[in-house]
Amino acid sequence: MSGESWRASVRARLGDFELDLELDGDARPLALIGQNGSGKTSLLRALAGAIEIEEAEIVVAGEVLASSSAGVSLPIEARRVGYVPQGYGLFAHLSVIDNVGFGLSTSLRRVARAERRRRAAAALDALDCADLAEREIAGLSGGEQQRVALARALVIDPALLLLDEPLAALDATTRQTVRRALAAHLRAFRRPALIVTHDVRDVVALDARVCVLERGRVIQRGELDDLRASPASAFVAEFVGQG
Amino acid sequence: MKPRPRRSPLSALSSVAGLLALSLVGLLALPLIALIWSSSTADLRAGLGDPMFAPALALSLRTSVVSLALTVALGTPLAWWLASSRARVARAVEILVELPIVIPPAVVGIALLATFGRQGLLGPLGLSLPFTTQAVIVAQLVVSSPLYVQAAANAFRKLDPDTLIVARSLGASPVEAVVRVALPIAGPGLIVGASLAWARALGEFGATLLFAGNLRGETQTMPLAIFAALESDVELALVFALVLAAVGALLLVGLRLALRAQRSRG
Repeated sequence: MSGESWRASVRARLGDFELDLELDGDARPLALIGQNGSGKTSLLRALAGAIEIEEAEIVVAGEVLASSSAGVSLPIEARRVGYVPQGYGLFAHLSVIDNVGFGLSTSLRRVARAERRRRAAAALDALDCADLAEREIAGLSGGEQQRVALARALVIDPALLLLDEPLAALDATTRQTVRRALAAHLRAFRRPALIVTHDVRDVVALDARVCVLERGRVIQRGELDDLRASPASAFVAEFVGQG
Repeated sequence: MKPRPRRSPLSALSSVAGLLALSLVGLLALPLIALIWSSSTADLRAGLGDPMFAPALALSLRTSVVSLALTVALGTPLAWWLASSRARVARAVEILVELPIVIPPAVVGIALLATFGRQGLLGPLGLSLPFTTQAVIVAQLVVSSPLYVQAAANAFRKLDPDTLIVARSLGASPVEAVVRVALPIAGPGLIVGASLAWARALGEFGATLLFAGNLRGETQTMPLAIFAALESDVELALVFALVLAAVGALLLVGLRLALRAQRSRG
């Protein structure tokens, strides 16, 4: 398995809902699409280690995050995943720079305060928002929140990036700019990234492969063109037709 | 020139509503004014020098602070569990926790006697609490902790579960995620709950009287001292009441300041 490749097979039961799928990929982003309730967010949480799993084999860049056969399941904090949830999950009681530096302040990865602030500032700078450093979360626009959340996830140098509808909360014009910025950063990131989206323009901009979920299972995967050529469901046809 | 708009029925309604609201404000303010009005400086000096006063105030502060500490220490984990568990047993426990809020304090006092009294449920174990300072604390704990647990559980319910997942993904252990993210975000709700509980403990009367009695220096808290003073000297009771009201007012101001400090920090 090469440095950036990953594979995951996951089986989990959440109430009446069952997640049962196998996926793999490399450093190229993978777009997860599917109707609400198809299991996209649950899949991200399962990969992050945030939900109870019945059976899983998850290997990222050669490291086993979970393996039921080997009796391994790393806790969330040991998985080195950058998780950006739908509402961004920013810590409202901390300033922007302390949000971004949080990952360098935990017992697992404690860095001296000056160095932490330097690295957090660098992460903000890389996302063109160094000027937000001392701001409070409550005063940020949607686009700013999105960048801060991404900077915070990247500061721990994650092996896998999980983004849950990163652009959904933005207005149309902001979305365009942030989409372009996100695409540039994912290209530079060069590590596996899974992005939940409802917008075919995200798939195009991120040059992502696509995986379609339905009721917790993968019903189709491939390039956007493959999906266009033979959509596996009415939902897929609608999705690829919208651009 | 535009014609002057006629008074709409809505504005008549709002004057009636304003009048109703004002009468309640009056009802709430008048007793306080009367309390201040009816004590002269000489009364105040005499009251503060009364041998009943200092022990009662000290006991009230000491017991209510201990019961508050116990409430926070035991109530926070319980509130967390109530907020995060979807199990049916959690809903049952929630009802159980809320019961002391609706049950009259005198009933709680009798129930505590039936539990911790010499002839009580735990009597055979040699446990006998009534008429001790510990009994005062237990009575306060039972009547006041539900207010904290309820407020804390509501504060925890408002937490976005994703913030905790994010904190964990950034390297926080479960304990770190709770202490460094959940508790600060829920902070204002916890502070409100804790001050409600403290105020309730400070004012506790019925359950304490029945379960702990009215022994000076041992179980006679301020509300009980007011009750005792009233039998012989109304002036004295008024002074005690004034002091207790002042302590309550200080608590309220302190709460407002703590909340403002929390908010300005983020």
